[in-house]
Amino acid sequence: MTLQAGVVAVQGDVSEHAAAIERAASAHGQDSKIVEIREAGLVPQCDVLLVPGGESTTISRLLQREGIAEEIVAHVEAGKPMLATCAGLIVSATDAQDDRVETLNLLDVTVERNAFGRQKDSFETALDIDGLDEPFPAVFIRAPVIDEAFEDVEVLAEFDGNPVAVRQGPVVGTSFHPELTPDSRLHDLAFFETTE
Amino acid sequence: MSDETDIEELRRGTELVKRGFAKMQKGGVIMDVVNREQARIAEDVGAVAVMHLESVPADIRKRGGVARMADPAALKEVTDEVSIPVMGKCRIGHTKEAQILEAAGADMVDESEVLTPADDRYHIEKQDFTAPFVCGARNLQEALRRIDEGAAMIRTKGEAGTGDVNQAVHHQRNIKSAIRKLEGMSHEEREKWAREHEAPADLVHETADMGRLPVVNFAAGGIATPADAALMMYHGCDGIFVGSGIFGAENPEAMGTAIVEAVNNWDDPETLVDIASNAGEGMSGDANVDLPEDEKMQGRGV
Repeated sequence: MTLQAGVVAVQGDVSEHAAAIERAASAHGQDSKIVEIREAGLVPQCDVLLVPGGESTTISRLLQREGIAEEIVAHVEAGKPMLATCAGLIVSATDAQDDRVETLNLLDVTVERNAFGRQKDSFETALDIDGLDEPFPAVFIRAPVIDEAFEDVEVLAEFDGNPVAVRQGPVVGTSFHPELTPDSRLHDLAFFETTE
Repeated sequence: MSDETDIEELRRGTELVKRGFAKMQKGGVIMDVVNREQARIAEDVGAVAVMHLESVPADIRKRGGVARMADPAALKEVTDEVSIPVMGKCRIGHTKEAQILEAAGADMVDESEVLTPADDRYHIEKQDFTAPFVCGARNLQEALRRIDEGAAMIRTKGEAGTGDVNQAVHHQRNIKSAIRKLEGMSHEEREKWAREHEAPADLVHETADMGRLPVVNFAAGGIATPADAALMMYHGCDGIFVGSGIFGAENPEAMGTAIVEAVNNWDDPETLVDIASNAGEGMSGDANVDLPEDEKMQGRGV
């Protein structure tokens, strides 16, 4: 059966995530179809969902205006897998500590936007992640960190004492960008290892 | 953040980090602003970033004289005001303006033909910077030269400040058409194309293999309405810069909101009807065909 993989495409690096999902799926011998989500009505047909990186203020506004936000909440309530990266993590949190972003309360965490500073402070580093044998090439771009993860949240990776990858039920969230390198182990972890 | 982090293990300003920043802007609208009040409005209507400059291109055109980098103190006011990225424009070849913008906190530097070029032969060596750069291009060979110098994003060089989208369309069609031709060429034909067009051969091959520019490709110059923005997305652009089009419009909030929504709904004419109906009056424009050759900015920096 073909996996229907929704990628929220109102803004952000959609094609990079689509390519990473296709790589992870084919490594499992699984056919996949990418559904780009720019309007309401498409999320319900998706088996898995991805909320990409981009600008959280823009993504948040468009998710609300287009009526996609409530469909994402229903997807997670139905127990279907979701991966949320960077801006996606901010939008999925319970609290972004910023009224410019309307959060979806899917991950019980408090996040701090642009926690490392401006773009010149953005960086790449090798990161140890629970469930992965080798360190992961993590790219942090004007990235958020998780200030506080509440009890139902499993911390998968920390950087400098703060969680930067977490899982709660069907949702995996990262403050870095796993889609920017050819390494698709994190998409694998979010979408395939949990569903098998 | 505590002091414990081993900064040796962190790599900043790499090609991956710089090109990655540009990728996060995809599907978004970057708006020209001249002060913090305009930046506040841009963020509120859904801009992915703002481009700070001393005056918008339409005013630079009217005023004439030498156009330079804006006051870095004014840029800092904007970075204090908004949470989205703030970009700044420097003159072509003006390495020092670029360093000042980077140090002042600009998240991206636009080495821009809208300002008066500071060097008539060389562009900035952009690989040397931690900040990513965006540069304009009229065709594929210009785009590949800029990428070779280190640009992390390419935009069209449509005639800024005119409100006429015609040249942005022309440049985007040039780039797409050249890529399609390269895709059909053999290895030696691509090598010859690279020599004849003074383009770096490795980037010519990479572009032909990918079927697109190896960096993010935005539209810029003359975009004045939601329909113009949708048109540039239809032509395969990854996102949109709007210069004078927002704050030169009758109602900047309405126009900004409409252009952001038009980029998301570019392939849905029914929705574009509603969006365009709520945009208000656009900026007044000057048709490119009426513009004397010596008043065009796009020929600066090839």
